[in-house]
Amino acid sequence: MSASLVIRGLEVMRAERAVLRGVDLTVGPGEICALMGLSGSGKSTILRSVAALLGFSAGTITVGDFALRPGPVPRESALKGLRSTVGMVFQAHSLFEHLTALENVTLAPVHAFGWTAERARGVAMELLAELGVAARSGAYPRELSGGEAQRVAIARALAPGPLMLLMDEPTSALDPARRGALGETLRELAGHGRGLLIATHDVEFVEAYATRVAVLSEGVVVEEGLPSAVLNQPSHDATRALLHGPKAPPPAPATPAIRIHGKEH
Amino acid sequence: MPTAAVMRALALLLMMTASTIAQTSRPLLRWGGDAEGGAPFVEADAADPSVVRGFDVEIAAMIARGLGREPRFVQVTWASIAQSVERGDFEIGLSGIEDRAELRAQHALTIPYFEFREVLAVRASDRDRFRTLADLAGRRVATLGSTKAYDILEREGARTGLVPISYDDDVHPYSDLVGGRVDAVLLDHVIAERSLKRMGGFVIQPEPVAVGHYVGVLARADSALRDSADAILRARMRDGSLEKTFRAWGVWDSTQAAFLRRSASSVATRDSARPAPTPAASSALTYVPALLRAAGITLALSCLAMALAVGLGIAVAAGRVYGPPIVQGALAIYVEVMRGTPVLLQLFVLYYGLSSVVRLPAFIAAVLGLGLNYAAYESEIYRSALEAIPRSQLEAARTLGLSEFQILRLIRGPQALRLALAPMTNDFVALLKDSSLVSVITVVELTKQTAIYATNVGSWVVPGIICAIMYMAMSLPLSRAARRMERRWSAA
Repeated sequence: MSASLVIRGLEVMRAERAVLRGVDLTVGPGEICALMGLSGSGKSTILRSVAALLGFSAGTITVGDFALRPGPVPRESALKGLRSTVGMVFQAHSLFEHLTALENVTLAPVHAFGWTAERARGVAMELLAELGVAARSGAYPRELSGGEAQRVAIARALAPGPLMLLMDEPTSALDPARRGALGETLRELAGHGRGLLIATHDVEFVEAYATRVAVLSEGVVVEEGLPSAVLNQPSHDATRALLHGPKAPPPAPATPAIRIHGKEH
Repeated sequence: MPTAAVMRALALLLMMTASTIAQTSRPLLRWGGDAEGGAPFVEADAADPSVVRGFDVEIAAMIARGLGREPRFVQVTWASIAQSVERGDFEIGLSGIEDRAELRAQHALTIPYFEFREVLAVRASDRDRFRTLADLAGRRVATLGSTKAYDILEREGARTGLVPISYDDDVHPYSDLVGGRVDAVLLDHVIAERSLKRMGGFVIQPEPVAVGHYVGVLARADSALRDSADAILRARMRDGSLEKTFRAWGVWDSTQAAFLRRSASSVATRDSARPAPTPAASSALTYVPALLRAAGITLALSCLAMALAVGLGIAVAAGRVYGPPIVQGALAIYVEVMRGTPVLLQLFVLYYGLSSVVRLPAFIAAVLGLGLNYAAYESEIYRSALEAIPRSQLEAARTLGLSEFQILRLIRGPQALRLALAPMTNDFVALLKDSSLVSVITVVELTKQTAIYATNVGSWVVPGIICAIMYMAMSLPLSRAARRMERRWSAA
């Protein structure tokens, strides 16, 4: 089974300000699509819109045969189709602090999808083993290292069997060795036919592991293509700023403060 | 303006000096009584509460006159009169004080000046069913705490299973009798007849259960003054002044005439009748079982009230965090009203105020009152704890397909409860102590039982220490358990 994520004309307003101004983006099965852009360019907003954590004012988002329409976030009961096909891994891993790693992974399958405890446990242990953290299944989040916590968070997002995985800044808390391991993991996930949409600042990581990159500026996708092409011969100022820092003055007065190494919320 | 103030101050000073001179020229006899007891004993003037009337007031005046002194009334809670006279707040207590062996052992008592009958009041429909105490086996019978009547009911209760219900005042036993909360009231005939006149709705059985006497109480060391007071009382019995007073207050009858004749001629039979004071240690032992039972009630009451407070507090907090604006507003009002008014008032309203609508048993009313009050405090603790759980965890839960309610139940709630644990334990310990307030609605818990004990032995020292130890024995393990739980959760 596979599904594509198709975003058309996505517009998001926040407090009278247009954060996204007509984003078009497609992520197919097996693709690792990197979403790049300076802080405040709208990367996280796209992920949050796709995950239906945020309503949008215009455009459409479809995942497989599930479609989101403009307006406020629909009721959770109307989102079952989305929840079983789209998983999300948050920047700060956001594990449930009072549950063990294993319980973090089995919670949703049991309570949201009605699996038996045994089945959820079996799938969770398999995922934790694949991600190399099976030995830590009984540990609480505060006992895990940053890398371990992130892999548990990935296992948690994968447990319900989503076809599309969204990740927000997955490498921000990892050392280079861990970054490589994560890249291999993502490659494997894509190899199984999943689509991955990853918001990131990490140019090296994108060059090494992404199959495609989309550069976001001022709420629109300004450049899109193979990482080797886009990152070696950038055609847009925003991409150049991303690669080398803002040698040119900021591209537009709408974003007066640009923090190159800042984090988005 | 300043001159006027100075003049006023001067005038005040002059007045005070004048009154001091008046006092020194004619010494005061300070006498203590409880105007809440009302007529015919001691009743405060509605316009000027410092002016009192009643047969006890007139007797105080007779004794003062006989001593060549000026009577001065001191207001004191009825149950504390003997304690208060012993610590020197006034020279003599007069307020329908019963002649009891325990009192005689601890203080100097005058000769009896009035004979009363302990009478049984029942609803008119029960007139033939409940004639004597023996007919009331297993039934609830009300009276005033720390009285001869209460002792009688306790003894009867141990024998037949009659349930004595102790009140802090003598009005509510009768209103609860009429209302059906109790099946009979045992009290002095003076009080019974007064209540019958005021509210009606019940009958007084003609056969008295026991006979008792009113006496004046003085400090144990004050026996000289007591002897003078006795002499004055005897003289007033002989010259008919007491009869006149009793007639004026409508409490004169033929038995009273016979009693006064006997009492006036009795000379110093008192000392032979006086029992030896019981040693404190053995009396402490006899009271421990009752105190332990009362501690059990305190604990049960606190646990049930806390369970209610926690359950309701969670619901209120959830409503304030998740509910629509109208629900949030209503719950905010609930919290502010419950926190902004005394729990004592809430208990009164719940037990007495609503008794025409819903007649709650005292224990249930106590659990409800304390539970509803503490729920307001608990809800605020939970609300801030709920709001302390990181948003990103809640969003992660949403992307996993969990419903709002599941997120509250499985993720937000459990973590918030951990944050709330320390302040909750604090509140539970406070509740344990606040539970002593429910004695106003007739629940005899640890503090009330201690007060009864202290009144009987005439001292707060030993009862106070035993009571304190029992409260500590309940609250310390609680704090320790909470600390352990907290450590386990944070160390895991």
